[in-house]
Amino acid sequence: MFNTFKLILLGLIALLAAIAANYGRDLAYQVHAIIIMLVASGTFIYVLRGFDDRPQVDHSGYMDGVIRYGAIATGFWGVVGFLVGTYIAFQLAFPVLNLEFAQPFTNFGRLRPLHTSSVIFAFGGNALIMSSFYIVQRTCGSRLWGGNLAWFVFWGYNLFIVLAATGYVLGSTQSKEYAEPEWYVDIWLTVVWVAFLLVFVGTLFTRKEKHIYVANWFLLSFIVTVAMLHIVNNLSIPVSIFGSKSVQVFSGVQDAMVQWWYGHNAVGFFLTAGFLGMMYYFVPKQAGRPVYSYKLSIIHFWALIFLYIWAGPHHLHYTALPDWATTLGMVFSIILWMPSWGGMINGLMTLQGAWDKLRTDPIIRMMVASLAFYGMSTFEGPMMSIRAVNSLSHYTDWTIGHVHSGALGWNGMITFAALYFLTPRLWGRERMYSVAAINWHFWLATIGIVLYASSMWVSGIMEGLMWREVDAQGFLVNSFADTVAAKHPMYVVRALGGVMYLSGGLIMVWNMWMTIRGGVRVTAPVGVPAE
Amino acid sequence: MSDENLDKVTGVNTTGHDWDGIKELNNPLPRWWLWTLYACIVWAIGYSIAYPAWPMISGATTGLLGYSTRGEVAKNIAAVEAANADLTNRLAEVELASLADDPELNRFAIQAGASVFRTNCSQCHGSGAAGAVGYPNLLDDDWLWGGDIEAISLTVRHGIRNEIDPDARWSQMPAFDEVLVDDEIASLVAHVQNISGQDHDAALAAAGAELFLENCSACHGEEGMGNKDLGAPNLTDAIWLYGGSADTLEYTIRNARFGIMPPWTPRLSDAQINAVAAYVHQLGGGE
Repeated sequence: MFNTFKLILLGLIALLAAIAANYGRDLAYQVHAIIIMLVASGTFIYVLRGFDDRPQVDHSGYMDGVIRYGAIATGFWGVVGFLVGTYIAFQLAFPVLNLEFAQPFTNFGRLRPLHTSSVIFAFGGNALIMSSFYIVQRTCGSRLWGGNLAWFVFWGYNLFIVLAATGYVLGSTQSKEYAEPEWYVDIWLTVVWVAFLLVFVGTLFTRKEKHIYVANWFLLSFIVTVAMLHIVNNLSIPVSIFGSKSVQVFSGVQDAMVQWWYGHNAVGFFLTAGFLGMMYYFVPKQAGRPVYSYKLSIIHFWALIFLYIWAGPHHLHYTALPDWATTLGMVFSIILWMPSWGGMINGLMTLQGAWDKLRTDPIIRMMVASLAFYGMSTFEGPMMSIRAVNSLSHYTDWTIGHVHSGALGWNGMITFAALYFLTPRLWGRERMYSVAAINWHFWLATIGIVLYASSMWVSGIMEGLMWREVDAQGFLVNSFADTVAAKHPMYVVRALGGVMYLSGGLIMVWNMWMTIRGGVRVTAPVGVPAE
Repeated sequence: MSDENLDKVTGVNTTGHDWDGIKELNNPLPRWWLWTLYACIVWAIGYSIAYPAWPMISGATTGLLGYSTRGEVAKNIAAVEAANADLTNRLAEVELASLADDPELNRFAIQAGASVFRTNCSQCHGSGAAGAVGYPNLLDDDWLWGGDIEAISLTVRHGIRNEIDPDARWSQMPAFDEVLVDDEIASLVAHVQNISGQDHDAALAAAGAELFLENCSACHGEEGMGNKDLGAPNLTDAIWLYGGSADTLEYTIRNARFGIMPPWTPRLSDAQINAVAAYVHQLGGGE
């Protein structure tokens, strides 16, 4: 019965997509309609072939198949995102790489959202979905709720990513930073996200443990808040049902305010709360130590989620947004400093009694580096939200450096650590194929981040100072093009940092591949001198 | 707490919970953490009293310090304007031809003009004023519409070939694609290459000379030296606005060119226009 319903629905979607492809008004819409048509008909055939088979799935164990797919998707999208990021970093240093013959598709303006979305939503999002599926099962002691719904979440989310990524390159964007996908892609993500929420909450409700573990508080707040942010910030009216273009419901400064309420809380709930959920599981597991303080986890959780939601206006200092709103955004950002650091303290202090592992276990080292970068960027963020600091830092590369020390350092490193933790367990291997490769990855990534962050500090502060430089009579000293020319060396250093980070990612993917294939590389012990 | 909940490494009890092997220590909040949080909250309350912060029914609190970002910028601008008021007024009134006789005002004009140029002109003419294809180099002494300070000021004020300012400088080269046949255009190209001192086909150029006199000399002059009243470029020097290669010359003759510059009134004040004229004039090629 359910299969019949699925077939009707898929057939209908394929038919409507074919009609939409025919009437589509722009290239991105047509390509998307064809992708949806192919996916729907492929799934149709898949369901049809298994129509009469009723395979007996063993429901007694944890549901790990979807997590294995998620781990592979995380590694794959990570490398794609780092590659595009490194390429556009070189584009900024050497504009000829915009490639005249491949315009407009290889323009920086189109590749940049491809980079941000593939690292945040594809790499980060897959990491969050797969690790939340892993964590919620283990800490609740129950199988994922909803049967194949978890598979729908995984494939649906990755379809969203493919639609978003192809849309950017083909020129479909609603021009909202980190919310570029157009209306139908947004609607699809909403459907997938609600399914994600159902799987997660359903599993929580069927848990066998009495209490809900702290990681799950963070993950639940991430899922709920991202749903709210996504829906409100993407309220728009399509120009045509057969075109990708839509018009925002809010306009002017209201739109800007909603956008940065969304943008800042995408950082707060996607990249902070969600990843703190990962941290709260993987750090104590890998260290084999209890979480440092239960009280701290309660207080900093509630403080974090209460305060973050107000901090968005600090992105709009010195704009049309009224002063009172930016002041509030700023003071809430300052109060947010300690609640953010609560997570770092709880993570680092969990290593009490296991500090020696820092020498022997490169995964622990990655976690510590991740928490250190987390602490640094959650201090830098409140500082940059101060109006006077912001008047220097805003619109400069300092912001880019800040974002990347958080994203590469905190989100990247904790995800790498989680993948190194999960890969052997998910595929039943004793450990990762090569521990030395993890070490190489750690150092390449760390040095890459240092090159990235320091070059962007120098370049950002320099350009901020150059923009505002006036002579004794109040005349501007530099033209904008002068500031761009002055940044060239820093852009080259930044791109080299990106190359190192990308190389680390490639080593990780190779290491995961070798681990999944099986076998462990054994290092022969060095010879012991004869007594 | 019973002993089974004691963590032996730290000597602290756990909460007794256990999730997949993860326990939690019952440590208190770190004191320094708590006091820093309190300090931030106290600071935030103080700051939001001092500065505009809290939304009310109509409007928002304005803060005890009476601060506003716009007010602060206006104050800075007013201070600079007050400090420069005397010089700015003199600059707005000055007879440009005699500006150089007043060293103090001239120095001020050049400084101000450099700033105006960087903000408004560098996008096309380059931050070093060396121009680009289609945008004249302002460093050399080859002027399309005149290079004395008055002429420069007039160009800045009204612009070139724009539909906005009725006093804009205006001229239009005809497109010869429909007027001349291919051979004739080729010979004209050879002639222009000849008078600009480039390698050329002498036979073609001789034929082109005749055509030039008939079709081009009205604006560019019989010798091809140009005419500043019409913005017609001098073709005998090696300075090109769009390029002097055979292909580019052919394109220009066939299709003509129509470079536009916007008028800078009222966007720039009289003093600013005089200033930028003074700046451009002293760049190297001023007449």
